[in-house]
Amino acid sequence: MAVKVIKPGLATSVQDLGRPGYFHLGIPIGGAMDRLALRAANLLVGNDEGAAALEAVFVGPELEFTADTVIAVTGADMPLKIDGEEQPGWTTLAVKRGQVLSFGFLKSGARIYIAFAGGVDVPVALGSRSTYVIGALGGFNGRPLAAGDELPIGNGGPARVGRSVPQALRRTPGRPAELRVLPGLYWHRIREESQASFFDDGWKVAPEADRMGYRFRGGRPLSFVEREQPFGAGSDPSNIVDSCYPYGSIQVPGGTEPIILHRDAVSGGGYFMIGTVISADMDLIGQMQPNTPTGFVKVTMDEALKARADRARLLDDVRSAVD
Amino acid sequence: MRNRYSFGGDEHLFVECDESMSLEAFFKSLSMTKAVKERGIKGVTEICPANASFQIKFDPDIVKPDDILREVKAIEEQAERSEPVIRTRIIEIPVYYQDPWTHETLMRFRERHQDPKATDLEYAARINSFATVDEFIAAHSGAPWFVSMVGFVAGLPFMYQMVDRPRQLQVPKYLRPRTDTPRLTVGYGGCFSCIYSVRGAGGYQMFGITPMPIYDPEQKVSYLRDFMVLFRPGDIVKFKSIGREEYDQAVADVAAGRFAPATSDVTFDLTEFQKDIDGYNASLEGRIHGR
Repeated sequence: MAVKVIKPGLATSVQDLGRPGYFHLGIPIGGAMDRLALRAANLLVGNDEGAAALEAVFVGPELEFTADTVIAVTGADMPLKIDGEEQPGWTTLAVKRGQVLSFGFLKSGARIYIAFAGGVDVPVALGSRSTYVIGALGGFNGRPLAAGDELPIGNGGPARVGRSVPQALRRTPGRPAELRVLPGLYWHRIREESQASFFDDGWKVAPEADRMGYRFRGGRPLSFVEREQPFGAGSDPSNIVDSCYPYGSIQVPGGTEPIILHRDAVSGGGYFMIGTVISADMDLIGQMQPNTPTGFVKVTMDEALKARADRARLLDDVRSAVD
Repeated sequence: MRNRYSFGGDEHLFVECDESMSLEAFFKSLSMTKAVKERGIKGVTEICPANASFQIKFDPDIVKPDDILREVKAIEEQAERSEPVIRTRIIEIPVYYQDPWTHETLMRFRERHQDPKATDLEYAARINSFATVDEFIAAHSGAPWFVSMVGFVAGLPFMYQMVDRPRQLQVPKYLRPRTDTPRLTVGYGGCFSCIYSVRGAGGYQMFGITPMPIYDPEQKVSYLRDFMVLFRPGDIVKFKSIGREEYDQAVADVAAGRFAPATSDVTFDLTEFQKDIDGYNASLEGRIHGR
């Protein structure tokens, strides 16, 4: 069984739950930006939650099936069609050999996940099928899909057609989007008024928003606590001796435009960070488009852990709903 | 020098050994990350040493943030009492300085440079008070380097030279980053050398190029068949200046699967090193070719 790529869409790539364990060598975890949407898509087609699927951003691909199979599309709100006929998202769908899956214009959100019964069967690289484009690693020949590619699909088990994830369990960023942040790392480098303005100000997602990171604009510039720059740190007050970057960490080069690192993060560098988006909110970033108004909300570690538990319960509810 | 601890969200513990770069801070980061690895703490998923800091990624469903903080603090106390000695290896990296490819690239981006009329090497030599580029190259390829961090992108080593602070070379990054850097460029920014593992954007000054691939996701290069990334934090690197002929020969040898980097296992003792830096470095270099 294979899927023929008629049109690739925009930066459509094979993703699963990523490859932990190699960040110390500069190879990021990668995997689906919106993990919950990926898991839901896989559950709907009877796969392991971490099976490889396709992630497409802003524009969907056009795909032709070489055999009868079962698919599901989750994530962003983007009309999907089989042979031109509109079908529901977040639902188990049967497709026939020769049929074509295509998409309309994106309505809300940013990324869709297309799961196939049996999963995308590209070779495993360092424990994952995720595509890490900068390192030409994993996925389909280490790159996004192109027209003419034939994507191998594994053998699926039985999946009941017509099941769906209820609307209430589909998590999307609000408007304005709210991202919860635990202050820390080099938080002490900015002055008190900047520690307040960062959370008070309204921000917007900048056009520079991809799998590596999301940049934001619109808030007041941050001002720094004065110091003599340490040896090896570089001359700008936003510079530090190059350190590791946590996933979700917020660096602010020059104190002007915050950048949140995401799944394909660079593993380190020389810009100070003011804190980290909590794990429960990382999926939301993957569904934010450029220009999305965004507010940052200050939380404590206890609140971060509670949000994480809430998110785990939501996943359990999704599991029960499609069982 | 006491560590500063901070959480990076609910999944990372960030530990700064020192604000400033030094061999001591790097050594503390490296030995503590080794100790954390040996401790085998449940729930730890990534251990990443950096230049003067390190980071541990953990699963808070398995280990509570406060518990991991307590464990790592205990390791700090233990690290302060232990001998600063590591088992590592020294690798010789041939470098064709002032090569035509980085030269072509740096000429394309002159308007982003501090000194548009000079080359990157001429600028670096001048601001570090060397009379000639050759003298600067002799300093860069003279004393060995510690790989103090592997990252930014896949397999890219940051290296800190094993000399005392007055002899550290310092060169700022480009004013604005380039959109292109040849693969395997030997670069310089701040007090760090690097080797670009893949082609791409970059802000470090460009000094030369090595014929030796250091990252190969297809694992076809003979010495990268076992693992696609050459460098590990803690490796010691000695640059060897080569010319065009030697460069071309090495490229051909790599393609034919005949190239093997000159490597030797060594023990590094920070206390002994500090007693006689040049003498210690000379003995390390002697080990490369089994002398």
